[in-house]
Amino acid sequence: MSGFRAPPRKGENFELAADLNSEYREKRKDAIKKVIANMTVQKDVSGLFPDVLKNLQTDDLEQKKLVYLYLMNYAKTQPELVILAVNTFVKDTDDPNPLVRALAIRTMGCLRAEKIIDYLCDPLQKCLKDDNPYVRKTAALCVAKLYDLKPELVIENGFLEQLQEMIADSNPMVVANTVAALTDIHIAAVAAGSTRDVFVITSSILNKLLIALNECSEWGRVAILNALARYESQDDRESEHICERVVPQFQHANASVVLAAIKVIMIHMRGIRSENLTKQLVRKMAPPLVTLLSNPPKCKLLSSEMRVFFCKYNDPLYVKVEKLDIMVRLAGESNVDALLSELKEYASEVDVDFVRKSIKAIGQTAIKIDEAAERYVVQEAVVVMKDIFRKYPSTYEGVIPTLCANLEELDEPEAKASLIWIIGEYSQKIDNADELLGIFVDSFTEESYPVQLQTLTAVVKLYLQKPDSSQGLVQRILNTATKDCDSPDVRDRAYIYWRLLSTDPGAAKAVVLAHRPPISLPRTTISPALLEELLGEISSLASVYQKPEETFVGRGRIGVDSMHRKGAEYLADDGLATQKALQTVAIGQQAENLLDLSDEGTDNGERQPSGLAATTILPSTTAAANLIAGTSSNPLDDLVSIFGNLNAGPPSAQPLNPLGGFGFGSAPMSPAPLVTPSALQPVTPMVSQQPQTPQQPEDDLLGLF
Amino acid sequence: MASLIAILDLKGKPLIQRSYRDDVPPAYVERFLPIVLDLEEESQQVPPCFSKEGVNYMHIRHSNLYLLALSKRNSNAAEIVLFLHRLVQVLVEYFKELEEESIRDNFVIIYELMDEMMDFGYPQTTESKILQEYITQESYKLEVQVRPPIAVTNAVSWRSEGIRYRKNEVFLDVIESVNLLVNANGNVVRSEILGAVKMKCYLSGMPELRLGLNDKVMFESTGRNARGKAIEMEDVKFHQCVRLSRFENDRTISFIPPDGEFELMSYRLSTPVKPLVWVEAAVEHHKGSRIEYMVKVKAQFKRRSTANNVEIYVPVPDDADTPKFRASTGSVQYVPDKSAFVWKIKQLGGGREFLMRAHFGLPSVRGEQDLDKRAPISVKFEIPYFTVSGIQVRYLKIVEKSGYQALPWVRYITQNGDDYSLRTAQEKGSASIVPM
Repeated sequence: MSGFRAPPRKGENFELAADLNSEYREKRKDAIKKVIANMTVQKDVSGLFPDVLKNLQTDDLEQKKLVYLYLMNYAKTQPELVILAVNTFVKDTDDPNPLVRALAIRTMGCLRAEKIIDYLCDPLQKCLKDDNPYVRKTAALCVAKLYDLKPELVIENGFLEQLQEMIADSNPMVVANTVAALTDIHIAAVAAGSTRDVFVITSSILNKLLIALNECSEWGRVAILNALARYESQDDRESEHICERVVPQFQHANASVVLAAIKVIMIHMRGIRSENLTKQLVRKMAPPLVTLLSNPPKCKLLSSEMRVFFCKYNDPLYVKVEKLDIMVRLAGESNVDALLSELKEYASEVDVDFVRKSIKAIGQTAIKIDEAAERYVVQEAVVVMKDIFRKYPSTYEGVIPTLCANLEELDEPEAKASLIWIIGEYSQKIDNADELLGIFVDSFTEESYPVQLQTLTAVVKLYLQKPDSSQGLVQRILNTATKDCDSPDVRDRAYIYWRLLSTDPGAAKAVVLAHRPPISLPRTTISPALLEELLGEISSLASVYQKPEETFVGRGRIGVDSMHRKGAEYLADDGLATQKALQTVAIGQQAENLLDLSDEGTDNGERQPSGLAATTILPSTTAAANLIAGTSSNPLDDLVSIFGNLNAGPPSAQPLNPLGGFGFGSAPMSPAPLVTPSALQPVTPMVSQQPQTPQQPEDDLLGLF
Repeated sequence: MASLIAILDLKGKPLIQRSYRDDVPPAYVERFLPIVLDLEEESQQVPPCFSKEGVNYMHIRHSNLYLLALSKRNSNAAEIVLFLHRLVQVLVEYFKELEEESIRDNFVIIYELMDEMMDFGYPQTTESKILQEYITQESYKLEVQVRPPIAVTNAVSWRSEGIRYRKNEVFLDVIESVNLLVNANGNVVRSEILGAVKMKCYLSGMPELRLGLNDKVMFESTGRNARGKAIEMEDVKFHQCVRLSRFENDRTISFIPPDGEFELMSYRLSTPVKPLVWVEAAVEHHKGSRIEYMVKVKAQFKRRSTANNVEIYVPVPDDADTPKFRASTGSVQYVPDKSAFVWKIKQLGGGREFLMRAHFGLPSVRGEQDLDKRAPISVKFEIPYFTVSGIQVRYLKIVEKSGYQALPWVRYITQNGDDYSLRTAQEKGSASIVPM
């Protein structure tokens, strides 16, 4: 028995330890299997480390693999003991069987124990020059593993240079893994802030990559294509050359190869001057994309054919939603009729969620295509609403009289909130608006917070438009809201209104009835900066989420900042248009963060500062006011306003939609963004980015009242 | 790139897992299912990839298992999801069925496979034929040590040398699936043909194969006039054995095939298709008492062809009872768990037309939440010796250096795709909506 740790005197582990030290080979092997089985079901077998280690030296490949596996799992817990295994490892890297050599070098890279790393370099050096390509390809990746553990060692030993040379290897698989390793190191180096470019693709490397591309396995192709996407071509002839070589990959059966190829083409197409070729490329790109759609559901990209997106009845919901999103993006004058009739069909489907989204889509189409909106879409929407209305009495519709009659039947807070919003917005046109709102004011304290907030705003709007008839109502609601309400959010908003109303009704009007930011359908305008970035990310997670990488890999703040920087650059030369786009991103970002807070049930007081601060500066500049009206108040307003203006809104503007600014298409793919501390932070930079920075802490604001 | 791959049971318990990188602790695996359940509770759909607390979860489902990949970086999601699918495929080929039981029984070999198929998060070899050569279920005799097959790193990574058959044969199956959507007023809204050429290859040595189809683009580029019809395939996808650059150059499909069964290519055509099997249903809905259907089926293809095993699923309300059927041919059954009845016709000759009637009782009291389901009618069928697109195999040339003669066999079949549906007409009896 080992002297390192007192082994248990009885129980399973004790028996196993005995078996591991048995003199019979078969018995020892069975014992190892049992140990691994226990490890698999997550029983702690780390105590057997020394006993298992003794079995490392064996000719039985399977047994060796098992012991290696055990080592990989427990090396970290027993760093002192791992050193005992080093000798065997080093010896194995000299084994006549390439399988054993590769296995040893692969496992050594996975042990991740400080002690063993120093012994890794020499064998690795040897394996990188091995005769057998199988060993070389394994060794190439091992360099990346080593870099992950101790970058200095890689640099000191000149492994990087060696990898660069290996790109010229005769074996395509080795080339592919070398590229993968170099890319991996490159990413790690950039993340660590290194300025040194680890993996520069020169034109000679480019040629080698293009040659290997046609010969290596499907996964190798993905790695090479990704590297090609990073290459910056010297002139348009080179771009053409790349595209020509990559285009055949569209015919590959592996979808990720196709996507990677599309990415390369998208990027290098920009370098091509000949219009003809570009057109040809785009034409070639469309069919594979459409085919991807009929394959197992996955991330989907743009394409010019719409009909394929018409939903299949049995598609999983997320695919349906994505498709809807794409359909709206593709909507144009020519296909709007077909689209609308299809949407109408969906609107009478069974799945409530999907129906809602279809209706939203109708609304969005309307906004996108002005002409259609006027004469056609609104009508369609009303018809659909009727269908819906028939089926779900709890929703409302755009026709106000009917809607008012249904007031009492509404039971979903979101729907209620949107309805109230409509009453508020059109209070001038609704004669008995004060009566209707009165009902809500009476039941104010029993309602949910979103409804309370909406009621509050609606009443104030009403007051501003019809001061005579509703003075009493305003008094009453402000009283209730400030005194009897337990949501700080509602209270604060009530205070603001109160204050605004009593000091300067004009300013109040400007704030509350502020012209909403022009509704340039957020979903169709992914900001150019973002689009640019996403292009480089096709098929990666970022494109699935439709967000820049930084926002979800745990560096939320950097992400926002870099967006700002990009925004600033754009501002310089492009002015308003891009600013708007940036704003959309910003709104989205903020909406996301704000909502995260409320989702988590964090103290709502926290989110208030941004809202309040933004509101206070409103009166000063109307331009700013316009923009901020969108950001400051509840993002719900924003969403609702999109539909409200249509006069036929959705049954509910989901306030939980985290990506108000990005367009909901991406929402289903990324339901819950980060709720780590880093997610909290962007709120602050967001506010400080506004033209006038109100640096009032929370207390000050409360002191105002 | 994935940091960790795990196979979980439906309760979210990891059955087996393998960590490839250190950046995601294994503990995150157990957080997967709670997140999924949360999402479901919020009645949101669960996307295949989502991110939570800085960790990205990518998963697929296979029967009653989750296959999950975790990563911290902005990984190539398409690659990983495909890899998971490939992992399933390999494990299925190893164990016939992939389920909890087979994973528990074979954990040693699964570990070996996971070790071989992915390294440091990058997919390596996923060809199960090749893997089976050096990772086998029988443990090795000590004398004969396995070596990595050359194929693992070779340019031809899908076929080993030295395969021998006494009789050299190739079977080609051309299978076309028709997807189609007809809306309530009888117009075809969407139609497409998904074709696949499947091969069973029993050939010795390293044969070079060349396949000739009546491909319009090729005929045009070579200036040849097609005898008969040529077809225009909109998008073609090939197995990795096909030399893509040659296809790009002169549309020649040339390859060294893997051994055994595989899918050589798939293609898609979106030329409008006339519904081969046309179904029409008239519904009479008497709320609170009964519902009646009259279904008409028509075979809209040439007389010399026959559709086999036709099944027509007509949806009925969930609470329908006491079914009564009368059909002029075939048999009808009520399938309550699918809320439909199915009309089965063994053989439906081209140009023929049949009628059937169905009658159901309905409960007189209806629940408030009762919604009218509008599921479409779906149809299944198979038409042998026939392709809708008109694709034809012109030749299959087989050349091997030993010079043996091999026989190619070709079979054609057209069937329904996974979405061949016809939307039901608006019910006659239902109350129409008064326009505002």
